[in-house]
Amino acid sequence: MQARLQARGPAHVELKEAWRKADKYMFMKKVKAEVISSKMIEKDIYDLCLNYEGAKDAKPGQFVGVFPESDAHLLMRPISICSFDDKTLRLVYRVVGFGTDEFSKLKEGDSAIILGNLGNGFDVDLCKGKTVVLMGGGIGIPPMLGLAKTLKEKGITDDVHAFLGYRDKNTFLDKEFEEVCNVHLASDNGEIGFHGNVVDALKSSGVKADIIMACGPMPMLKGIKYYAEGENIDAYISLEERMACGVGACLGCVVKTTKEDHHSHVNNARICTDGPVFDARDVDI
Amino acid sequence: MNTKINIAGVEFKNPVMTASGTFGSGMEYSSFVDLNKLGAVVTKGVASVPWPGNPTKRVAEVYGGMLNAIGLQNPGVDVFMERDLAFLSNYDTKVIVNVCGKSVEEYIAVVEKLNDTKVDMYEINVSCPNVKEGAIAFGQNADVLYDVTKKIKEASKKPIIMKLSPNVTSIKDMAKAAEAGGADAISLINTITGMKIDIERQTFVLANKTGGMSGPAIKPVAVRMVYECANAVSIPIIGMGGIATAEDAIEFMLAGATGVAVGMMNFVNPYATEEVVKGIEDYMIRHNIDDINTIIGAVH
Repeated sequence: MQARLQARGPAHVELKEAWRKADKYMFMKKVKAEVISSKMIEKDIYDLCLNYEGAKDAKPGQFVGVFPESDAHLLMRPISICSFDDKTLRLVYRVVGFGTDEFSKLKEGDSAIILGNLGNGFDVDLCKGKTVVLMGGGIGIPPMLGLAKTLKEKGITDDVHAFLGYRDKNTFLDKEFEEVCNVHLASDNGEIGFHGNVVDALKSSGVKADIIMACGPMPMLKGIKYYAEGENIDAYISLEERMACGVGACLGCVVKTTKEDHHSHVNNARICTDGPVFDARDVDI
Repeated sequence: MNTKINIAGVEFKNPVMTASGTFGSGMEYSSFVDLNKLGAVVTKGVASVPWPGNPTKRVAEVYGGMLNAIGLQNPGVDVFMERDLAFLSNYDTKVIVNVCGKSVEEYIAVVEKLNDTKVDMYEINVSCPNVKEGAIAFGQNADVLYDVTKKIKEASKKPIIMKLSPNVTSIKDMAKAAEAGGADAISLINTITGMKIDIERQTFVLANKTGGMSGPAIKPVAVRMVYECANAVSIPIIGMGGIATAEDAIEFMLAGATGVAVGMMNFVNPYATEEVVKGIEDYMIRHNIDDINTIIGAVH
């Protein structure tokens, strides 16, 4: 990440080619994907499984753009990849507006229009043999499940703790996390698990993180950045922003960076392509 | 079948281009479309020095289109030459560099740096609604536009296209001013200034409050403006504003555009530019047209 932020000039072209060669962007298409199943798993939270040709190239922490079938609502809705296997892609999302409401009505056999795979994803190799703390808040929880599964399946480390923050006792996906890692629940209103946020839950748990990977609302990510810097722990956080193109062209979804970004050299990195996962030290949030 | 068009002595293999700001410098979309198939790649705005752009939120969806207030974030002409121009030189397509500036001197600084490169043309952005200084200030007053055009034309070794704003009382007066100032062509329309308010938070959706509207919803306005300008000036016009398909492109050409550009719809359909090229050929076959130039301004 740091090397990429600092890259300049023609080196960038080589770098971009290098990413392609490294299969980072191997699958990049807009395709129709058949709906295998779609169900509500909690109030406003939907679980969508797709037969998707890009699934085998997916990485935890990447996202896809899902397009509404509408001439009025044209832009893709960026949705993080929850989990994946060779053929299927699972998206767990919250209904927040026109697009996601339309997706929630998809039925088995329908098709969804997907642009993917987008973004860099979490670098699982950084977790080798370490005590890994995964932190998810609200609708930031789903991508952490794919990461937890990958860490387990690839045998990267067996010391993984997921801290999952919910609003209240209406949790989702937590049982699936329990199958692959240690789970610590937290809720805003104290109805379940630790009463408070995931950072305070981590502090009170006694777990000593070597590395943190997280996705969730901005206040949570700010808290993690502050905590990790204070404790000198590596932290990688997945950011969210309004997007248009999803492929790095429009410069709509930028985040202020502490170092010069490699695209515009103005300390504004593109969340869609330079992220969404950033070293917490590199972003000024 | 001839799909070639000519603007100010530059020959394009077909009329299809990319609208500035929606296609980067081609790199981001090169995994979706073969840039060799396009008439030209029109780059994102390039300034004399890096510009950080506006704070986020920078984009919002609106009915049939979107608003943007990117604020011309760009790495400046030096990085552009080293990286983006080097990248584009690998392709057999024309390169039109969109030039932005906050003063005449800044536009000229970019033009002079690129004068001895393989860039084919400049598109002078005097119409971005999202930056406070310069840009739009040059594009909303005919006398100022004439003056800016004249000064940039004098400094330029390449043909210049003045990109016009629709946010004016009379776009044909602006077209005439550009032509009188020595512009080799004009392109239109840039985005239409708009606003979106989040009624739950009772606040502006965009950090910049206003943004430029683009997308299919603005197409009828753009077609009308192209038609008006085509009847007011004799220099070629590059038409844009909501082009999604070959049918849209043909509509602009019938209204008087020599070239056409796909903008926002690249985000919706990353294959759009290549599909428009193919669709124009299909239209020519369907209508038994030998030369695409015969439909330019042919509406009656």
